[in-house]
Amino acid sequence: MDGSHILTNAPRPGRPGRSLHRFANPGRFLRLAARVQPWLNALALILTATGLIWGLFFAPADWQQGDAVRIMYIHVPAAWLASAGYAGLAACALVSLIWRHPLADLAAMEISPVGAGFTALCLATGSLWGKPMWGAWWVWDARLTSVLVLFFLYLGHIVLVRAFDDPVRGQRAGAILVLVGAIDLPIIKFSVVWWNTLHQPDTITLLGAPSLYITMLWPLLIAALGYSATFAAIVLARTRAAVMERRIRALLAARAEALS
Amino acid sequence: MTRKRRRLWIVVACALGLGSASALALSAVSDNLVFFIAPGDLAAKAPPPGRDFRLGGMVAQGSLHQSTQDGRPLSLFTVTDGRASVVVRYRGILPDLFREGQSIVALGTLTKSGQFRASEVLAKHDATYMPKDVEQALRKSGRWNPAAGPAPAAASWDTMNVSKAGG
Repeated sequence: MDGSHILTNAPRPGRPGRSLHRFANPGRFLRLAARVQPWLNALALILTATGLIWGLFFAPADWQQGDAVRIMYIHVPAAWLASAGYAGLAACALVSLIWRHPLADLAAMEISPVGAGFTALCLATGSLWGKPMWGAWWVWDARLTSVLVLFFLYLGHIVLVRAFDDPVRGQRAGAILVLVGAIDLPIIKFSVVWWNTLHQPDTITLLGAPSLYITMLWPLLIAALGYSATFAAIVLARTRAAVMERRIRALLAARAEALS
Repeated sequence: MTRKRRRLWIVVACALGLGSASALALSAVSDNLVFFIAPGDLAAKAPPPGRDFRLGGMVAQGSLHQSTQDGRPLSLFTVTDGRASVVVRYRGILPDLFREGQSIVALGTLTKSGQFRASEVLAKHDATYMPKDVEQALRKSGRWNPAAGPAPAAASWDTMNVSKAGG
């Protein structure tokens, strides 16, 4: 039994002659991922720990916010990854809808719970930061509301892809939801520019000097890299498990068929 | 191949349609998406007296007067956006970040006399973060008075050496 058709067989057992992209071959993916995983895990641990310990214990306090500014090192990378994760989810949805890569379907299914987790972290820490600084746990301004919508999009995708008896139909519906929801990403990004919000505009921009002191910038950037590696490591581990689960199911189904 | 190409074009067409529809819808309701109204916009879109709305702007330098009335703090200050200013009256505890030169958002109503009676005041800090010694150095060198407004351009201080100036 070679693995290339087993992955796709859940609904329609192996379609011969199907041309898969080189890295979408599940056997090759599993071999490559197994080699990448330990490095990614180590990178995630080291960078996240360095960034957070530096930010939480050694970086200077803000002149007006005091130690409360340290929530930034947890909150801001979570917010970045919430959006970046959704961009990755949208890319998977695109590949799944147009090129029908089974691996993209699996990856999408595994990204959304992780993305929802990062978004929840962003919302929770933002709320904890907002109360002492702004004076409110929550306000319905454009930035906060659009991130809440992102959280609901993640939740909707988690539920939708699992709501059909035929997994392919669920993944297709989920992919359409994700692509429609992608309109939320520019709204999140530019909400603080287009409209008056309570949330402050971006500190770090593509052009222009970052408006935070250098000893606060470094831990923030390292934490952001660490969060990215963490996100990737969790998604990779989950996707590997999903591919292997599919293979085992297919093997068991094939054996049951042979016995009957 | 052709089916993939067709699916690609369908997705592109849907994205274009959806994108422009959302852009039009957002620009149509843009006025309602603002969290607050600046003093300079009050003349154009002031709600009728007695109706709650949010006023946002900077607390003008030297405008804050605090007293106590019936055991509760009473604050009077001017909120400005550089074009116009409104006097705000608030009874209650101000947030920690409240100070002159800070941006704030106040919920309340405009009285007939043109004064804004706030029931809630939120501090809106800007996007700058710096250690205390950097702020002190900027203040000592006369390049920034926090009570007068936002910090100077970030490039002038975000890598500034304060080991000597900080003291």
